[in-house]
Amino acid sequence: MGPKAIDRILKKYDYEHSSIIGVLQDLQDEENYLPEKDLEHISERLSMPLARIYRIATFYNTFSLTPRGKQLINVCLGTACHVRGAARVLDRLKMYLGIDVGEMTKDRLFSLQTVNCVGACALGPIVVIGNEYHGQITPGKVESTIKKYRKKPRKSATKSPRHKKLKIEN
Amino acid sequence: MKRINNPQELEKVREEILGSRDPDKPCITICSGTGCHAFGCEKVTESFRAELRKQALEERIYIRTTGCHGFCEKGPLVVINPQKIFYQRVTPEDTGEIIAETLLKNNIIERLLYTHPQTGEKIVKEENVPFYKGQMRIIFGNNGKIDPTKIEDYIAIGGYKALSKVLRELSPPEIIDIIKNSGLRGRGGGGFPAGVKWESCRNAPGDKHYVICNADEGDPGAYMDRSLLEGNPHSVLEGMMIGAYAIGSDEGYIYVRNEYPLAVRNVGIAIDQLRECGLLGENILDTGFNFDIKVNRGGGAFVCGESTALMASLEGQAGEPRAKHIHTVESGLWEEPTNLNNVETWANVPLIINEGVDWYTDIGTENSKGTKIFSLVGKVNNTGLVEVPMGITIREIVYDIGGGIPGDGKFKAIQTGGPSGGCIPESLIDIQVDFDKLTEVGSMMGSGGMIVMDDKTCMVDTAKYFLNFLKDESCGKCTTCRDGTRRMYELVDAITRGEGKEGDIELLEELSWVVSEASLCALGQTAPNPVLSTIRYFTDEYEAHIKDKRCPAGVCKDLITYSIDEEKCTACGKCKKVCPSDAITGEKKVPHIIDTEKCIRCGACITECKFDAIEVA
Repeated sequence: MGPKAIDRILKKYDYEHSSIIGVLQDLQDEENYLPEKDLEHISERLSMPLARIYRIATFYNTFSLTPRGKQLINVCLGTACHVRGAARVLDRLKMYLGIDVGEMTKDRLFSLQTVNCVGACALGPIVVIGNEYHGQITPGKVESTIKKYRKKPRKSATKSPRHKKLKIEN
Repeated sequence: MKRINNPQELEKVREEILGSRDPDKPCITICSGTGCHAFGCEKVTESFRAELRKQALEERIYIRTTGCHGFCEKGPLVVINPQKIFYQRVTPEDTGEIIAETLLKNNIIERLLYTHPQTGEKIVKEENVPFYKGQMRIIFGNNGKIDPTKIEDYIAIGGYKALSKVLRELSPPEIIDIIKNSGLRGRGGGGFPAGVKWESCRNAPGDKHYVICNADEGDPGAYMDRSLLEGNPHSVLEGMMIGAYAIGSDEGYIYVRNEYPLAVRNVGIAIDQLRECGLLGENILDTGFNFDIKVNRGGGAFVCGESTALMASLEGQAGEPRAKHIHTVESGLWEEPTNLNNVETWANVPLIINEGVDWYTDIGTENSKGTKIFSLVGKVNNTGLVEVPMGITIREIVYDIGGGIPGDGKFKAIQTGGPSGGCIPESLIDIQVDFDKLTEVGSMMGSGGMIVMDDKTCMVDTAKYFLNFLKDESCGKCTTCRDGTRRMYELVDAITRGEGKEGDIELLEELSWVVSEASLCALGQTAPNPVLSTIRYFTDEYEAHIKDKRCPAGVCKDLITYSIDEEKCTACGKCKKVCPSDAITGEKKVPHIIDTEKCIRCGACITECKFDAIEVA
């Protein structure tokens, strides 16, 4: 992201130090991760030690310091999903994609993450891909669900997968 | 929305809104909560709109998309008003028929009605469905009546009447007395009396006082705060405004999880509407009261649900709790007096002001007044959000409202209070649910998650699940929490892998004591609860894992084997197709076989098999 774009974000938050979490969230919304040079630029513009920015960026689960795939796959591991077999779904995803949690596939298409609860507990186990919620996923449904995203451009879902989904526009 | 300058204008606006609406005009209400979204309610709404347009009925029939109705299991939900006809699992294909038959001819479409699972009876009205019948939806019920993105809808059902009343008629100490007398206790988990907190905050010296709404609903398995913020954000905001006036605050914050995009959006819309009509800002309703609210998104750290960690996060710091020798009501955000309450607590406030203390205290038990919204999930037929009076029994919640356990499963335990709570066994199913009773049996109210577990849920695995959660979410400040939860996890993990030793249970109990006694915040102090409660009520399961190297529920991978029941197998080949390790072999018409050497026990075959032929031992 260019210095101008970063200044635009900083301006939105009035260059306030206390808004650093919001600044980083906005940066990540656009870049998909937190690029080092952008953090350096923020540090300079806010006169905030880079170490403090890194402390925030590494403390909160939301942030990633490494590039992530075009599609973020978030497996909900909330209690309700857990008792309905979310761990098995995650195992199957890891095996199918050949990556561990926090990693990206070689083709840079998918990143695998877990989330503590997405608050759609009645539909567990849930896998959120991009901004679409897939409810009542089983290990057997993993492959067919992922395949639908192979040719899909990021964030714009065109063809709907076979089962339930939810799209939330911010 | 035009500007509302004083209480008289508010009433005038209300009359105008009500006057422009015909209560007898048919209205299609479509639930657009998170659950129904996932079931495709958007398409249903689009289809209704298109159909109304096509038949030129837009003038004659209202259409309203609302927040969550609670019965997420049966979505998408549609209620036809004023008759209150309740249709479930509605698809876009049904919309034409609903308009033609129900709305125009007043005929009921049987196929879309809810069928009583025991009696087979078709139920027409929402309030007669067993899931709703046992509930008392005084807070949550309004979700079904309003479009959360329209302030007019909230004003139409009496919104901001309580605010107008307190600003005109009551002094701050009088409001605090009302809240104290109502017995309202914090719904976020601790159960601290809200009125006492308000009073301490009001009396604390400081240049500025803050109020905060804690919407960092981190407990996995709980989503009532999400649904309230999504479905009725104005009720929470009104509560905060009344609180701010009573405490003497002019600035409020809502700290909401970033994982809840719809809640962030709807509460943002609500705040913009309030600013536009002058109900937020300066000199609200011409009473000299100034107040504004900011929304901050959380960063995905569970510990930020703890009040001091949340405030640190609002200040732009890492969310680490601090010692509470000085309470946050005296020195909180920016070291100023700060009153923090959770979403549901704030939503109770306007109701108490409107209905009065006597009405409110009639509901509930001696020391827990009012209702509580629970998220009833896990191994239960009717999953969803339920609002019940305090003092209801677990049996009533699980069987009368929840419709019991699916299939031939047997109720084993119910987990309440999230990672800080515990598992309550079947023998205690008749206890009355309130703050004190749940604590007495080794669990807690928490924010209201209720996860039902059946005989196929392993309690050691459940303890492991929570320890894994807590060791990851510990902020790392206290050694006992950071390393203690990790050591406990390792011990329980070893037990689930068949490597448990004699004395492990005692060691776990000893570690539990250290972690709870020597940690600073509630995360560490209550971290051992899931372990202690499962050891207390399910010692035999721990022993089966340690001594017999057996998982009675058939969950712990290292202790089970899969096989196929030849009698039940129809050789359909589905399991073979999904098996990721090629462990299943078999020809057409010949029962299949699992190679236990190759089998990785992923469970894919179980979920695929339609004939229940896969056996776990």
